[in-house]
Amino acid sequence: MPVQDAGVRTSGAEPRHGRRIVVMWAIASAIVDPLFYLLAGPHMPPGDMTSSAAGAQFDFNVLTMAALPVIIGVCIYGAYTLFTWRASRGGPDPVMTPTSRSNIRIQTAWIGTTTVVVLSAFVFGTVELVVPAGAGGAEGPQPIWTPTSKTVLPVQVIGQQWKFTYRYPTYGGFETDKLVIPDNTTIAFHVTSLDVIHDFWAYQLGVKADANPGTDNVAFTTTRALGKVTVRCDELCGIWHGAMYNYGEVVPKAQFQQWATSTEASLVAATKLLPPFAWSYTPSANGAGGSYYPDNVDAFSKTEVYGAGAVSAKAAAQKSS
Amino acid sequence: MTRAARLGIFSSLFAVAIGLVVFVSMAFLRTNPATLDFAAGHVAGQPVDLTLQTVGAVGSGPHPTWVSYMTKAPDGTWTHTTLWDLPADTRIDVTLDEYDSGSPLRNPEIGRVYGTLGSDASVNGKPVSLINATEGNGVAHTFSIPTLGVNVPLYGVNGDAKTFCNVPAPCPLSAAHNVITFSFVTPKQTGQYPWQCFVPCGAGYLYGNGGPMQTIGYMDGFLKVVS
Repeated sequence: MPVQDAGVRTSGAEPRHGRRIVVMWAIASAIVDPLFYLLAGPHMPPGDMTSSAAGAQFDFNVLTMAALPVIIGVCIYGAYTLFTWRASRGGPDPVMTPTSRSNIRIQTAWIGTTTVVVLSAFVFGTVELVVPAGAGGAEGPQPIWTPTSKTVLPVQVIGQQWKFTYRYPTYGGFETDKLVIPDNTTIAFHVTSLDVIHDFWAYQLGVKADANPGTDNVAFTTTRALGKVTVRCDELCGIWHGAMYNYGEVVPKAQFQQWATSTEASLVAATKLLPPFAWSYTPSANGAGGSYYPDNVDAFSKTEVYGAGAVSAKAAAQKSS
Repeated sequence: MTRAARLGIFSSLFAVAIGLVVFVSMAFLRTNPATLDFAAGHVAGQPVDLTLQTVGAVGSGPHPTWVSYMTKAPDGTWTHTTLWDLPADTRIDVTLDEYDSGSPLRNPEIGRVYGTLGSDASVNGKPVSLINATEGNGVAHTFSIPTLGVNVPLYGVNGDAKTFCNVPAPCPLSAAHNVITFSFVTPKQTGQYPWQCFVPCGAGYLYGNGGPMQTIGYMDGFLKVVS
């Protein structure tokens, strides 16, 4: 009776190919996965400057460690097949001949394994999306989780074609194009837009949140280390989308306090010209001297109306804490 | 129809198609504005003078009604372009004649002058570091280089002025205008640095940010910093 293994009918003292492949796969995976975690894991993007960045890095590492055995299995099976069952000159065609047939055990194992892998990734990804600082994205206008810290610094991110500016409601509501945040502090980014849809992607912070006009998209994170931050727009928004980036910095608390209070003081005149602080704004028709905007507020108001539903700095702080 | 005739017709149509593709491609390429070279012959350590205009309607070309910047070339001729070669690590002295009317700002943050030498600009000889766009003639445009942290709001002229510029650009000095001067330093690192107007002045386009706001040669361009 022929020996049946790996879907190929063979004869004689044929080695157990399936077992060989599984053993090679298990050994390679047992070596590569820990090596990846120990050597490459700590350097995987986006780093661990914040809680959300560390969360995203953890997710990345877990998913990569789940994917590596699959990749290794495919490579080993492919290589083994090439060497073991390659067609020999003058020999029988090894594929789709009367000597080959399906193998129910292999089919069952394949379907079962891939189902488990995909469902595990689905469950893991879903859980990481909803747990605090899991996937590092925005938590939405109605945050699905809120930080436990009692001292949360709100920072409003305003996208506009084609730059980001930042308002600090707890420091008089001044607005600047510099993003400076303190170390070891929970930050509540309130992301909105004055025109089209942008996306606030603070790479090293592990924060990525859509900036939609009229919407307050909240993203929480807790800083863990000092360093530079690159902010890019990650939503195609016009000709200068590629140039819509700037830089930020995580600095010691005392340095942030000094920067924030001095900037508040130096921009006091400019801040008076800003609309009252609000969590989102309505782009108005009088943005550029005309009535050509699709505006439903007040097309010809004397003063800028971006800022419906103004709130005080105190209320801003209360909302975020 | 003979085989030779069919071949002739096919060849002719193919040649016409190729010709159309070449014509459209060349037409597209020819619409790119010229790059003015302010770096050629530049003496190290000396500032470069850059003279600009902002006009309410350029008055010529494919979009005569569009608002636009104009640049005075090194030879003194006004050119419809926003592309400049500038020497690296050099002080650029900008003189900007602003001929367009102003308005309040969508985001008053851009009414602040920053990134220039002295963190201010001069409007008709008076130093200015902040413009309240809800007063007076408002702000017409800005000259902004986001990657270099430069922003200069351009105070508008009275749209009802008797001498408001209504002729094709460049506007004459006899027309109502504001003279805005400021200086900034180009970076040491060579490369292309985009600059733009931040006032959404693309009349007729969604949120005012289409048309001239997204077309090189009108309200945005590149500083090509060369060594």
